[in-house]
Amino acid sequence: MNLTLKVWRQSGPDDEGKLVRYQIEDVSPDMSFLEMLDVLNERLILAGDDPVAFDHDCREGICGMCSMMIDGVAHGPQKNTTTCQLHMRHYNDGDTIVIEPWRARPFPVVKDLVVDRSAFDRIIQAGGFISVPAGSAPDAHATPVPKLDADDAFDAATCIGCGACVAACPNGSASLFTAAKITHLGLLPQGQPERGSRARAMVEQMDEEGFGGCTNTGECTAVCPKGIPLDTIARMNSDYLRASRKSG
Amino acid sequence: MAVSGAVLVFFLVAHMAGNLKIFAGAESFNGYAAWLREVGYPLLPHRGLLTLLEAGLVVAIGAHMWSAIVLTRRAAHARPVKYAAKVKSRANGYATRTMRWGGVIIFFFVIYHLLDMTFGVTNPEGHDATPFARMVAGFEPARWYITVFYVISVVMVGLHLRHGLWSALQTLGVARRYPVLKASAAVVSGLLTIGFLVVPLAITFGVVK
Amino acid sequence: MNYRLGEPIKDTKAPEGPIEDRWEKRKFSARLVNPANKRKINVIVVGTGLAGGSAAATLGELGYKVKSFCYQDSPRRAHSIAAQGGINAAKNYRGDGDSIYRLFYDTVKGGDFRARESNVYRLAQVSVNIIDQAVAQGVPFAREYGGLLDTRSFGGAQVSRTFYARGQTGQQLLLGAYSALERQIAAGTVEMHTRHEMLELIISDGRARGVVVRDMVSGEVETHLADAVVLATGGYGNVFFLSTNAKGCNTTAIWRAHQKGAVFANPCYTQIHPTCIPVSGDYQSKLTLMSESLRNDGRVWVPVKGGDTRPVAEIPEDERDYYLERIYPAFGNLVPRDIASRAAKNICDEGRGVGPGGLGVYLDFADAIGRLGRDAVEKKYGNLFEMYERITGEDPYTQPMRIYPAVHYTMGGLWVDYDLQSSVPGLFVIGEANFSDHGANRLGASALMQGLADGYFVLPTTIGDYLADAHKFGAPDDTAVAEAEIAVRNRIDKLLSVNGTRTADSFHRELGKLMWDYCGMERTEEGLRKALERIPELRAEFWRDVKVSGVNEELNQALERAGRVADFFDLAELMCLDALHRTESCGGHFRAESQDADGEALRDDEAFAYVAAWESTPDGPVLHKEDLEYEYVKMTQRSYK
Repeated sequence: MNLTLKVWRQSGPDDEGKLVRYQIEDVSPDMSFLEMLDVLNERLILAGDDPVAFDHDCREGICGMCSMMIDGVAHGPQKNTTTCQLHMRHYNDGDTIVIEPWRARPFPVVKDLVVDRSAFDRIIQAGGFISVPAGSAPDAHATPVPKLDADDAFDAATCIGCGACVAACPNGSASLFTAAKITHLGLLPQGQPERGSRARAMVEQMDEEGFGGCTNTGECTAVCPKGIPLDTIARMNSDYLRASRKSG
Repeated sequence: MAVSGAVLVFFLVAHMAGNLKIFAGAESFNGYAAWLREVGYPLLPHRGLLTLLEAGLVVAIGAHMWSAIVLTRRAAHARPVKYAAKVKSRANGYATRTMRWGGVIIFFFVIYHLLDMTFGVTNPEGHDATPFARMVAGFEPARWYITVFYVISVVMVGLHLRHGLWSALQTLGVARRYPVLKASAAVVSGLLTIGFLVVPLAITFGVVK
Repeated sequence: MNYRLGEPIKDTKAPEGPIEDRWEKRKFSARLVNPANKRKINVIVVGTGLAGGSAAATLGELGYKVKSFCYQDSPRRAHSIAAQGGINAAKNYRGDGDSIYRLFYDTVKGGDFRARESNVYRLAQVSVNIIDQAVAQGVPFAREYGGLLDTRSFGGAQVSRTFYARGQTGQQLLLGAYSALERQIAAGTVEMHTRHEMLELIISDGRARGVVVRDMVSGEVETHLADAVVLATGGYGNVFFLSTNAKGCNTTAIWRAHQKGAVFANPCYTQIHPTCIPVSGDYQSKLTLMSESLRNDGRVWVPVKGGDTRPVAEIPEDERDYYLERIYPAFGNLVPRDIASRAAKNICDEGRGVGPGGLGVYLDFADAIGRLGRDAVEKKYGNLFEMYERITGEDPYTQPMRIYPAVHYTMGGLWVDYDLQSSVPGLFVIGEANFSDHGANRLGASALMQGLADGYFVLPTTIGDYLADAHKFGAPDDTAVAEAEIAVRNRIDKLLSVNGTRTADSFHRELGKLMWDYCGMERTEEGLRKALERIPELRAEFWRDVKVSGVNEELNQALERAGRVADFFDLAELMCLDALHRTESCGGHFRAESQDADGEALRDDEAFAYVAAWESTPDGPVLHKEDLEYEYVKMTQRSYK
């Protein structure tokens, strides 16, 4: 099939950036979306042009590096799917596809489709951990964990940190990302000692980074490749409010 | 947002219950209006509790609007560069997407509503008539367009509630079991909408005269 | 390419005595660093996967000043994250007869008797602590209704010792290490450098003293100095271009270290995973692994006649060849990875493969669905079926999956001693980047175990012994530092100045194909010689004709790739040389010349019970042999008939 791509090109953080149109021919329906861009890039390199910079690594939907807004939808049209797992059979000959980077103030564009998501790392630094130095752990069976809690914790823990939630949120909020970690650790007995301080510190860091506020639109969970549920945000709010009440 | 919204929800429930008294006849309705002004007297001054409640409402509305403005500004700040492609909503929720503009429309509706029913400025019966008379006059069949305006606005309020109700619980951190919660929010906001709509419709269609 | 035989090499750090006491002894004999001094000691850790992430975090906890580097935008993205199956540990929570000794035994045997006993025993010992550590960190392992940890048996093990977190064990363990690392970053003990790629090792006065890295955003070439350097940069499976590795995985860090004197061991040991989704076209950029557990219920077959392009439904039962069940009646579809892989290759070489290019075999669930019902199959494999459908557009419930083997893991790597120190003092190598614990073949669910054992428990102890002398090291020699930096700049300039007509990726594809054909699942003397002839030609062509657009001073992904491909050429050559010299078959190295009458791999313990450690010299490679002695596990030949 033949396609028209409109790709966001921006040489650096200070550049204005604009959409640039490319024609691409003979796209196989079995190609992944990124392989289609590889083909475009090979052509650009040979022509001496700058290839389109985009983040990607594992290409199997787990590292969370790929990050494209495709026709106004984070990670494109297929539900629960990262950009790298999206295949071209979802498109038809003659389609025009608009590809943009994630848009949020805390995710500044580095180049083209590459953005800086270090804000997420700083949210984790604020408290997304259980303080347990190597070698100090008790036996793994010392504390049984109810299976349902472990399963819910796992569901929240599957977050890949791609940032689609922020990209899709009309408010540019990072609540789902932050809540996923707070929920994961807050549901486990090991996470209890730091539960309150963790929620406070992470929420405050999230606000400090400049993410928007949550208005519970649910756009985040709808585009989340791992389908992190919305109740994680309720848990985050609950933990945050309780911790704030306690320490004033 | 959630706390001020909750205050307003309680007000709406009471307001609707009061409205429905119109079906019990003019005396009952007017009596209720008078009682509201005299409740607690002589322990409280005339209109004492009502003024207090009104003040509370104004504060709640103010807080609600202020929160909305803060959230909107934060959202604008968080996304300085907009997407070039039209962003497609993946979550299903017309109610959710209309919260902001819906809120603004509701605000203008409330102003008109106060001018109409409370201060009687735009009401054919004027300020000095009984509440019952003002109500009946306001929605008389000839003024069907006012009723249409009310219907649209109240439906807007219903939509606002549909998202607002469960969203408030979510913000307060007590939301769980979403299918049940969202269905309940839909039922409650539906009942409130119907409760508010039957009175003007009954008047316009001549059931209450 | 010729090589010379050098002096034997030997591990001098493993203590003598009963194997179960050696690690305790070493922990005690390793000197300690005074806490006040630790604050003054700098350690560089390159890579943030399970090994690197856990090592940097633990060194930070101990009080060292750590600098951590990764090429991704966040340490959480390292490719350990993609491991699906699980992590082995000799906890014996099931009471099914597992023990440290059994895990040790299975690992040595599974590695086809090409690993060091002392190291493997320590790995089995430490495996127990890993699970404790991970659970305490909040890793949400699967649990039973009683609240205790669930385990499963994996990769043909007869005990149930694999802990797992659905199909995302690697992700959960990595996020555990990542959160520990982020905690140390917040505490100020670890300084994180993301989007930085190591391009050179700095050696001064015979010791590893730092690295030269390129800031991948600005292009700036930076030098970072330290008292020790830890490489945790993963495997080199991407030399084959198509592999299950992440696109960014590369050999540059360990290859630069090798060129600077670190000895490279067993480069030819490559693990090939039998159940991957086949290649669909020339544009293919990577291969996706499907969990091996699929073989528990799927039946592997191809049409009896070659070139049979009928749809599956039209091929009658008697015209199907369930070849694994036919050749290996005892184990059937559950034969080990290497055997299943090679059988698929042989069938496809006969022209009986299915799908595009005839490179695939069917993995059929029709029987399982008939026997267990669709729901039961969906419950067990639903997520895998979904993944398959997403990638291929075919529904595995109604038509068989197509699978083909793919490169998955490399057992070879930089040579290290018991302390995980390479042949260059001060250069430590951990995780997949070293050669140590898996011998010629790695067991399923053992990669995660080794990475975390090295990072959380082994390296933080052993590195102290080296760093106890740090106050005597003195400042690194300025000339050595400057030379390393200039070497990096020159390479970058050279890559940018060729301005030829082919992209780095097109060279990489060609190299990968060559390696897959001649140094893949089955190797022959003839093929390897052909490859050894062709690789230098291709490399020369690369340096003559590669096209890298853009400049250094920007985010330039074309330049990054070109640099990595350049190093893959050199590595590929050494892999072929190692494969050529090892005329036996063992584990992940199958020499067609060395097989028994049934086509099984035939080891030659007399001649090859050694680690092949290659040194890079200006006059070509020098082979140092480390003889392997087996005191505890008797050498036997595998049989799965």
